[in-house]
Amino acid sequence: MGSKKLGMWLFIVSDTLTFSALLIVYSYSRLTNPDWPRPFPIYPAIAFSTTMTVVLLASSLTMVMAVMAAQRNDRKKTVMWMVATMIGGLLFTGLHLTEWMNMIFKEGFTITGNPEGTPLFGAVFFGITGLHMTHVMIGVIYLGIVAVGFGRGKFSAEDVEVNGLYWHFVDLVWMFVFPLIYLMSVKY
Amino acid sequence: MSSDAHAAEAHGASVGTNITVWIGLVAITGLEVFLAYKELQPSVMLSILVVLSLVKAAMIMSYFMHLKYEKFSLVLWLVPAMIFCICMMFIFFFPEAFRLLQMRPH
Repeated sequence: MGSKKLGMWLFIVSDTLTFSALLIVYSYSRLTNPDWPRPFPIYPAIAFSTTMTVVLLASSLTMVMAVMAAQRNDRKKTVMWMVATMIGGLLFTGLHLTEWMNMIFKEGFTITGNPEGTPLFGAVFFGITGLHMTHVMIGVIYLGIVAVGFGRGKFSAEDVEVNGLYWHFVDLVWMFVFPLIYLMSVKY
Repeated sequence: MSSDAHAAEAHGASVGTNITVWIGLVAITGLEVFLAYKELQPSVMLSILVVLSLVKAAMIMSYFMHLKYEKFSLVLWLVPAMIFCICMMFIFFFPEAFRLLQMRPH
C-alpha cells in the first residue's frame, strides 16, 4: 500500500472521530432539552433532503467509475467521471444552501435562536451540516485539482483512488447525519 | 509508488457489484424515509436508523472504499482503534445523559 493511501485512511479515522464527537454532542443536547424543535415536515423538507442524499450517493457511484477508469489508465473517462462527481458535489451544495436560506430567511432559524424551541438547535444543526458541507466543497476543489493533474499525466491512478477514499468518506458521514438530524426531527 | 506496483494492486469490485451496492444504499435510504413517514416511537426509530446507518457505512467502506479487497491487517489497524475511541465517548456520554434526562422537566 502506498503512503498516500495510508495517510488518507488515517485522516479518515481522525475525521470520523470528529464527526462522532459532534453527533454525540447533538444526542446529548437533544436528550437533555425537552423543547428540541422538530422542524422538518415530510414535504418539502424531508423530500428535499432525501433528494440531496440520492445526489450524494450518485456522486459516489461516479467516483467509483472514475477510480476504475484510472486503474485502466483511461485518462479521458477518468476525467469525465470526476467532472460528473464534481457536478454531483456542487448540486448537493446548491441544494443544501437553498435549504439553509429557506430555514434562515423564511422560518427564522439561526445559529443562536429559532421560533420553535431551544436555541441550541441552531448551533448543533448549522454546526454539523455546515462542517459536512465544508467537506463537500473541499472535496469538489480536491477533485478538480486531481482531475486536471491526472488528465495531464502528472498524477497517478493511486492519487485518484485516494481522492475517491475522501469522497466516499464524505458520503459515509452523510449516511449518519441525514437519519440522525433530519429523519429524527420530522414534524408530523 | 511505481505504476507497475500500483497495477499489481489494482483491485476492487466489478461495475455490476458496485451498481448493486449503490441500488442497495438507495433502497435502504428509501426504507429510512418510509419509517420516518410511519411516525414510530423515537426510541424504536433511533435504534432502527442507527442499525441501518451502520449497514450503509459498512457497504460504503467495504465496496466503494475497497476495504474488503485490502489486506486484512489494514482493517485490523484502523477499525478496532476507531471503535475503541467511539466506545470511550459513549462511556462518558451515557451516565451523564441519563442523569440529566431524569432531571429535565416533563
